[in-house]
Amino acid sequence: MTQSVSLIACPYCDLVQREVHPPERGSARCWRCESVLYSAQRDSAERTLAFTLAAAVLLLIANVFPILELEVQGQRHASTLLGAVRALWDQDVRSVAILVCATTMVFPAIEVACMIYMLAPLRAGRIAPGVPTLLRIVQAIRPWGMVEVFMLGVLVSLVKLAHLATIHAGTALWAFGALMMTFAAVAMSFDPRAVWSRIELVR
Amino acid sequence: MTPTALQLGLLVCEDCALLSRRPARPGQARCPRCGAPVHPRRPDSLARTWALLSAAIVLYFPANLLPIMETSSLFGSQSDTILSGIAFLWDSGSWSIAVVVFVASVLVPIAKMLALALLALSVQARWRWRPRERTRLYRMIELVGRWSMLDIYVVTVLVALVQVSALASIHAGPGTIAFGAVVVLTMFASMAFDPRLIWDTTESGRNG
Repeated sequence: MTQSVSLIACPYCDLVQREVHPPERGSARCWRCESVLYSAQRDSAERTLAFTLAAAVLLLIANVFPILELEVQGQRHASTLLGAVRALWDQDVRSVAILVCATTMVFPAIEVACMIYMLAPLRAGRIAPGVPTLLRIVQAIRPWGMVEVFMLGVLVSLVKLAHLATIHAGTALWAFGALMMTFAAVAMSFDPRAVWSRIELVR
Repeated sequence: MTPTALQLGLLVCEDCALLSRRPARPGQARCPRCGAPVHPRRPDSLARTWALLSAAIVLYFPANLLPIMETSSLFGSQSDTILSGIAFLWDSGSWSIAVVVFVASVLVPIAKMLALALLALSVQARWRWRPRERTRLYRMIELVGRWSMLDIYVVTVLVALVQVSALASIHAGPGTIAFGAVVVLTMFASMAFDPRLIWDTTESGRNG
């Protein structure tokens, strides 16, 4: 390989600079445009895998159980996320149904599945086949997973519905709340640089 | 001295951050480590940003003028646009929620489109003004754009719950399609913009 390991270019301003080791819990910034380049990570693979496994369980709960329950004249009506997507689909706003389904279910699920597939063998020091492609997929779809925005959307609709009827929080609402935190934790603890350098080592 | 990867003849992989020499042979260069296509700058960055941004600006009008929600109950029917939904929240005393929705659905999309237009314009006009602040502006656009999806999710949940309860009937209006498209288009527009162009003009100016 022709490249030097200790040099990196800032993705925001293209300045070539030497790679530094930030202090624990610190981060390295570009010295020209001050963008954060990367953060220091300890036991990144282990901690990210733990958060990802938690996210997988929570994602399952969030999709199976109802999000909100509405009580009208003693009768309870509940809706799951899939039920909500189906309601949009039936109302012929199919592009919106696909958008909601992709950003709250499909993309988060793909991200979780790819991360587990990559990180579990990595703990044992092995690189699973196809990891470079999967890592690129994960980085490309991450902006499109919008679990935390959905969570806020549920809270806003809860306030709106409270004028009409009695509302109960469903199991999935709590799962979404926890999912929001675990996804944030995954994003913070994951260090793609470590995976890339491991890939290079194995080759 | 501020050597950039471009000046050193190096290509940066946007996927795995690896620096590599520009290959001598013509054709699409690929990252030697992850196989992603690499470019000195994002291809046709300005043209793509402008195209996606203008599509978003055009769709922003139907997104706000068309109803996003049509409610019909025993007491009559009512159709809500994004703004009238916020007004309803405000009038019913949920001020904090009204502010949250206003920020996510009105302020963020407008600010984002204005900021992207400003950035694209500043690169095109070769401004050398405050590159650091303009880079920070770009990073903020990247961060906040997703929150505009809020109203789409609110409609989704309302439609689903009210439909099963037979309390009233709520239909997602055509405004949701336009608004969803605005959010997606502005996200693609900010991904097409290459913040390194901001710094390229400051350098060419300095070197004469």
